[in-house]
Amino acid sequence: MSRPVSRPVNNVGSHRKVKPSPIAVYVHWPFCESKCPYCDFNIHVREAVDADAFTAAYLKELDHFAELVSGATCTSIFFGGGTPSLMPASAVAAIIERILKRWPAADLPEITLEANPTSVEASRFRDYRQAGVNRLSVGVQSLRDESLKMLGRGHDAAEARRAMHLALEIFARVNFDLIYARPGQTTTEWQGELEEVLGYGAGHLSLYQLTIERGTAFYAAQKRGELVVPDEDTALALYDLTQNVTTRAGLPAYEISNHARAGEECRHNLNYWNGGAYIGIGPGAHGRFGGFGAAPWLASSLPRSPERWLKAVDKADWGVGDLIRLSSRQRALEILMMGLRLASGIDKARFAAAAGVPVEEILSAAATARAAESQLLENHQDRIVVTPKGRRVLDRLLVEIVA
Amino acid sequence: MPAQKHIRNFAIIAHIDHGKSTLADRLIEACGGLSKREMKAQVLDSMDIERERGITIKAQTVRLDYQAKDGESYALNLIDTPGHVDFSYEVNRSLAACEGSLLVVDASQGVEAQTLANVYQALENNHEIITVLNKIDLPAAEPQRVRRQIEDVIGLDAADAIEVSAKTGQGIDRILEALVERLPAPAGKTEAPLRALLVDSWYDAYLGIVILVRVVDGYLKKGMKISMMAAGTQHLVEQVGVFRPKPQTVGQLGPGEVGFFTAAIKEVAQTRVGDTVTEAKRPTAEALPGFKPAQAVVFCGLFPVDADDYNHLRESLQRLRLNDASFTYQAETSAALGVGFRCGFLGMLHLEIIRERLQREFDLDLITTAPSVIYQIEMTNGQTIELHNPADMPEAVKIVQISEPWIDATILVPDEYLGAILKLCQDRRGRQQQLTYAGRRAMLVYHLPLNEVVYDFYDRLKSVSSGYASFDYTHHGYEPGDLVKLKILVNGEPVDALSMLVHRQHAASRGRVLCKRLKDLIPRMLFKIPIQAAIGGKIIARETIAALRKDVTAKCYGGDVTRKRKLLEKQKAGKKRMRTFGKVEIPNDAFVAALKMGED
Ligand SMILES: Nc1nc2c(ncn2[C@@H]2O[C@H](COP(=O)(O)OP(=O)(O)OP(=O)(O)O)[C@@H](O)[C@H]2O)c(=O)[nH]1
Ligand SMILES: C[S@@+](CC[C@H](N)C(=O)[O-])C[C@H]1O[C@@H](n2cnc3c(N)ncnc32)[C@H](O)[C@@H]1O
Ligand code: SF4
Ligand SMILES: [Mg+2]
Repeated sequence: MSRPVSRPVNNVGSHRKVKPSPIAVYVHWPFCESKCPYCDFNIHVREAVDADAFTAAYLKELDHFAELVSGATCTSIFFGGGTPSLMPASAVAAIIERILKRWPAADLPEITLEANPTSVEASRFRDYRQAGVNRLSVGVQSLRDESLKMLGRGHDAAEARRAMHLALEIFARVNFDLIYARPGQTTTEWQGELEEVLGYGAGHLSLYQLTIERGTAFYAAQKRGELVVPDEDTALALYDLTQNVTTRAGLPAYEISNHARAGEECRHNLNYWNGGAYIGIGPGAHGRFGGFGAAPWLASSLPRSPERWLKAVDKADWGVGDLIRLSSRQRALEILMMGLRLASGIDKARFAAAAGVPVEEILSAAATARAAESQLLENHQDRIVVTPKGRRVLDRLLVEIVA
Repeated sequence: MPAQKHIRNFAIIAHIDHGKSTLADRLIEACGGLSKREMKAQVLDSMDIERERGITIKAQTVRLDYQAKDGESYALNLIDTPGHVDFSYEVNRSLAACEGSLLVVDASQGVEAQTLANVYQALENNHEIITVLNKIDLPAAEPQRVRRQIEDVIGLDAADAIEVSAKTGQGIDRILEALVERLPAPAGKTEAPLRALLVDSWYDAYLGIVILVRVVDGYLKKGMKISMMAAGTQHLVEQVGVFRPKPQTVGQLGPGEVGFFTAAIKEVAQTRVGDTVTEAKRPTAEALPGFKPAQAVVFCGLFPVDADDYNHLRESLQRLRLNDASFTYQAETSAALGVGFRCGFLGMLHLEIIRERLQREFDLDLITTAPSVIYQIEMTNGQTIELHNPADMPEAVKIVQISEPWIDATILVPDEYLGAILKLCQDRRGRQQQLTYAGRRAMLVYHLPLNEVVYDFYDRLKSVSSGYASFDYTHHGYEPGDLVKLKILVNGEPVDALSMLVHRQHAASRGRVLCKRLKDLIPRMLFKIPIQAAIGGKIIARETIAALRKDVTAKCYGGDVTRKRKLLEKQKAGKKRMRTFGKVEIPNDAFVAALKMGED
């Protein structure tokens, strides 16, 4: 369902004095040097990329969305991918500048960029910092050569370590991505590796259990029986160990897979989990915005093919994807399933404000009570929190408690 | 209207898949019944399910015009019959409308169980039998061996059996000549009052209720007021016709003819197969013997997945029965499944087909419960009741004795599989009656309880014999048995739709298998789920489904929201479609799947 966007959805600034609504901006860079066998992101491998053309298109699409969602203030920017560390720093700078011009921020927003450890140079990182990036997320994945090989990564452990040092040297705020629950991984091995990572002292870690996604090379290998992931008990032991080790090190989980020192949480991602508005630009990017006054919430998604997207932006000022109106139940469901991923759970008042309905409306009272009885969640006066025990089975728990 | 000496009525009978419908195609073609454009393989199998499964379910009638070598022109009336044992009642009534049969035997397979069963039925109807050895084009065809087998096993003279290929058309002309030469012409009385046999009736979208008759004496004419002798009803005949194979109206049907008529009749159920049709103002003195109506032998509950569909299910059953009166239904309430219907069928294939038609033609989602047979229960108060549903079983203290239906099964199987078949029959409480040999094929007659056969005996038979065994049965009557009700408890609560009557000696092993099956079929939940089998208050088997320990998406950001939400909505919808028993969701297909004793 695609229709042209004509009417701005947040044009309240000039009429009434309201606190400008916060907005996060996600920029998707869809290119990688090679495709990792586990990855199902919207990524494409191209011999050459016309960075100038893409940069111009990002700026155009930003302007388009700015017209649609005006009067907001930018609270965070995230360059994700793909491999955004392949972008020229000048492009990153131009995009940041344009975003801040369209949605001026009172305080400097959090600006994150994802970087691959493959052949990073100090100068490049410095250029990104110069461009305005103030938080770097490094795709370390593992500090073990055999594992990196198994994961089909283009870098070895030594390169990863060098990138980690460099990131910490140049950026005040740093995250490392790691993938665990890998084939054959034991708790002892993982503990050693995790402690080594913690030793670097970054304020934030994203620790993901390896997920076999449909349509990936790993999916096919698993079907053929060539790839065997840890069984449920092992995966659970690895997960529990991860919680214990990070908590002891002062970086407890604030979301299923995200760990941070107090105050170091990723603001951009918190906005997703708290049901905030965000703009998504670039091939395959998604957005959620609207909900101002009586305006409906819209879900935007853009064409996944970089070439198609580029062509569309050239012609129509945006990727001409889908703009779909979310029903109040859909919106509430999304905020519920995202919010319950947080260790702090859902603030009922904030939920009601964001979703337009009280959270009780989409919960089965009986099932919620049963879950509370089984200590899978706590239903307080002002918030709902899934317990650590409940978080392990959150997907199933959601199916149970949703009315 | 043909004179009787120019009429030949015959049924094509055979074991399943021996080529009856294909042979009918060739005969229709040879007589120019359909143009090339209208012709297709097994053209008489017109129902979707028939075409998909490649089997005949309903007998079909066709009038062929044949110019014989003697220069005369004949009206040949062909009835193609189903081969599967569940539909043997169709064969039976088709035979009653004819003077002769074409017995088709696959020359590469030889005599099978339904070949025997059908020949005996034909002989009981005093039929002249023309034997046809089909599939002669196959390299594996062994006509000489099969001829001998026909003589040894059936006792028919196979000297003048005709070798044909229904595929290539070879030998078809010889069949046509043989029909004219060897089958007797009908010998009805032209002057006598109308006397016709009601062979079949069904609903047709264009014609309304269509009644297939075989006229024995007299004439059936448009505008005539007829009376159905057993039903005691009278109707005005609106149209009279024959199938060639498309319906074609004619002025009247005379003695010896097979054809149809329509009258303002609302429901197929109002017409009784086997009834005698006569003229209201000049009735015949003597009704035809008729035949016993088909009896349902397998019963199961059909419940709508969505309880709101109950009325839709009721209307659908009504509509389907308009067209096919071979099944029965009756409202039923289950503690676990809510309101639905207890339905009776002629066998498992019949059950499957009716269920599939309901789902397909009426867009219904159904839960099918464990199939059961009819038990006779002698009560302490002197009454005897019929039990169609294990859930209704009276308390043990009120029961004196339970009797169950038995059958006589005939099984033909190559020597090398005999051991496996004997074991299967033994495991199913069978009692061997007879074991004879015809060449390298053994013919077994076994006395078996129907409740051991109903569900998957046929599948098992095929699987242990690599498909080579064939099977047919006749009902034998009731015998007392040491039967107990096996209850299944899920999370401590009895699930009535899963209860069944079993022999006491089999109860423990049946209970264990059932618990294990359910363990695999019921998805894990957030808590552990005990599954138990019990007789009375005594638990005889138990399994536990472990609680789900880990199920959470690792990565969930802005780009994943839509997909994740849709998945949640889908799971939620799926959950709504499952029935909950003591907090546990049981998938709808588990009710039947659990009972496949299969590979254990
Ligand atoms: N090679 C060969 N195949 C044949 C011949 N006659 C029938 N067949 C095949 O045998 C299969 C069964 O044929 P049908 O005509 O459906 O058999 P049927 O006896 O009507 O089967 P039911 O009605 O289900 O009992 C089909 O695949 C036919 O194509 C023949 O003469 N030669
Ligand atoms: C969008 S990727 C981009 C990061 C960057 N391109 C890289 O690979 O270093 C973000 C992170 O998701 C994680 N990830 C991707 N696919 C995954 C999978 N199938 N299972 C678990 N984690 C995965 C990886 O840790 C990866 O660093
Ligand atoms: S994991 Fe990162 S580098 Fe690998 S294909 Fe995915 S986005 Fe590209
Ligand atoms: Mg057939």
